[in-house]
Amino acid sequence: MMLGHRQADLAKEVGISASYLNLIEHNRRRIGGKLLLAIARSLGVEPSALTEGAEAQLIATLREARAADPGAGAEQDALEDFAGRFPGWAQLLERRHRRVEELERTVETLTDRLTHDPHLAAALHEMISTITSIRSTAGILAETRELEPEWRDRFHRNINEDSNRLANSATALVSYLDRTEGDGEAELSSPQDELDAFLSDSSFHMPLLEGDAGDDVDIDGLIEQQKVLQSSAARAMARNYLKRYVRDAQTMPLSATTEALAKYGLDVSALARHFQTDLVTVMRRLAEMPDSVTGVPVGLVSCDASGTMIFRKALDGFMLPRFGAACPLWPLFRALSRPMTPFSETVRQVGRGGGLFRTLSIAQPVGEVSFDAPSLFEAYMLILPVPTGEKPSGPVDEIGVTCRICPKNSCPGRREPSILTEGF
Amino acid sequence: MGKHVLVIEDEPNIIEAISFILSRDGWKVDTHSNGHDAADVVFAKSPDLLILDVMLPGASGYEILTELRAQDATRDLPVLMLTARGQTKDREMAEKIGASRFMTKPFSNAEVLEVVRELVP
Repeated sequence: MMLGHRQADLAKEVGISASYLNLIEHNRRRIGGKLLLAIARSLGVEPSALTEGAEAQLIATLREARAADPGAGAEQDALEDFAGRFPGWAQLLERRHRRVEELERTVETLTDRLTHDPHLAAALHEMISTITSIRSTAGILAETRELEPEWRDRFHRNINEDSNRLANSATALVSYLDRTEGDGEAELSSPQDELDAFLSDSSFHMPLLEGDAGDDVDIDGLIEQQKVLQSSAARAMARNYLKRYVRDAQTMPLSATTEALAKYGLDVSALARHFQTDLVTVMRRLAEMPDSVTGVPVGLVSCDASGTMIFRKALDGFMLPRFGAACPLWPLFRALSRPMTPFSETVRQVGRGGGLFRTLSIAQPVGEVSFDAPSLFEAYMLILPVPTGEKPSGPVDEIGVTCRICPKNSCPGRREPSILTEGF
Repeated sequence: MGKHVLVIEDEPNIIEAISFILSRDGWKVDTHSNGHDAADVVFAKSPDLLILDVMLPGASGYEILTELRAQDATRDLPVLMLTARGQTKDREMAEKIGASRFMTKPFSNAEVLEVVRELVP
């Protein structure tokens, strides 16, 4: 903080929360007018000294906007002059550019929903398969002049079966779409969903909590600003998560982790030795890093002793269930049944395109271990993509996403029929 | 002995309907419903034509076709791919890995007959 001011003291002097000040300091909130003057006065500097960073951010965004539409003919050499002479118009352009980016992301998500929503994709696939069967069978019945009675009976039976399946599939699909209509926030049905949305919106990385500043951040203030955390239960879960994030970031600071990754790569055991910490802290920390630091996208899931998923960071190609429980064949659950035993396994999700993933799983006790109370365990599974063309060193386990959309019929772990093969 | 077709599809009633119309058209029809060992079945049966669904349990039709095109014995085997998704990228994917024809569900019996007769005259 400038001139040795503590963040909390300055925030108090100017009448805002420490977390809001933190956002301002990192150029995440633009300020002006009275608040800018108050902060400048409190720090004993000229107001212009505080807006330099914001101007740099503004110019960077305008440069992005120009690059996104080179045909518009915006003059490169007039950019800074424009931002300086017409700051209001420049900010308007900046905001419009950000808004267009947001809307483009929304459109991408919606148009790609079939890829990203396994339930919807599976339900539509089921319906089209059934319709194909009905069309083909009805064609045979209508067009074959001399059809033996046993064939005719058989095809009538097939059409009857298929029409029932189609009716059930259509009903289930309508009910599914009814549940998920409306705006994004209305879809969040549980505190865990709200926490997942908050973490996903932050890309699982919290710059404000990195480094020495982490201890000073007003976590409650930060949580209050997150619209997506609507329920008090979700806010309590976020508080616990962020407190642990601060501890993890102190054990493995961002800069030191970046250096260690350059030396050891994604070798979780070597990183744990280097930072003298446990495997789970390293796994969590890797999931908290931006992809640019880890070099590849990193996924992480964890569950409590009941098998309920309590943390989900998805990875392209490795589908996590949106509703209900995951596939019991995941190494995550094997780890839960043998606490403190590390499992390193290569897996492939059946019916999902065949990508290979290396998983590292372990279950460890939650809190203090003592003779006075039963121990509880949480299991973690780190998920890393196996580069295309690289041969796995050991056997590859075939696992699913969740029973409901899994095509693996003869699975000892199946809890319920799959909509892909058995009908609803 | 008529021409020999192998149908790899996991929906039993579709298998039954396709088998019926092709049998009536003089084909000897074999069927299989699992992607996992589909390529081995193709090598063992040596059909004149393969009808291959894209979404199969165990392995996708794309993976199976890629494996078949890598082997001399099946490099030129006529393959009709069936899919529930008719998007351009699916069609492009099928063409890229060597599908002879691509058909989007739901198809009519006449369409299937026309294409298989074209592929194996």
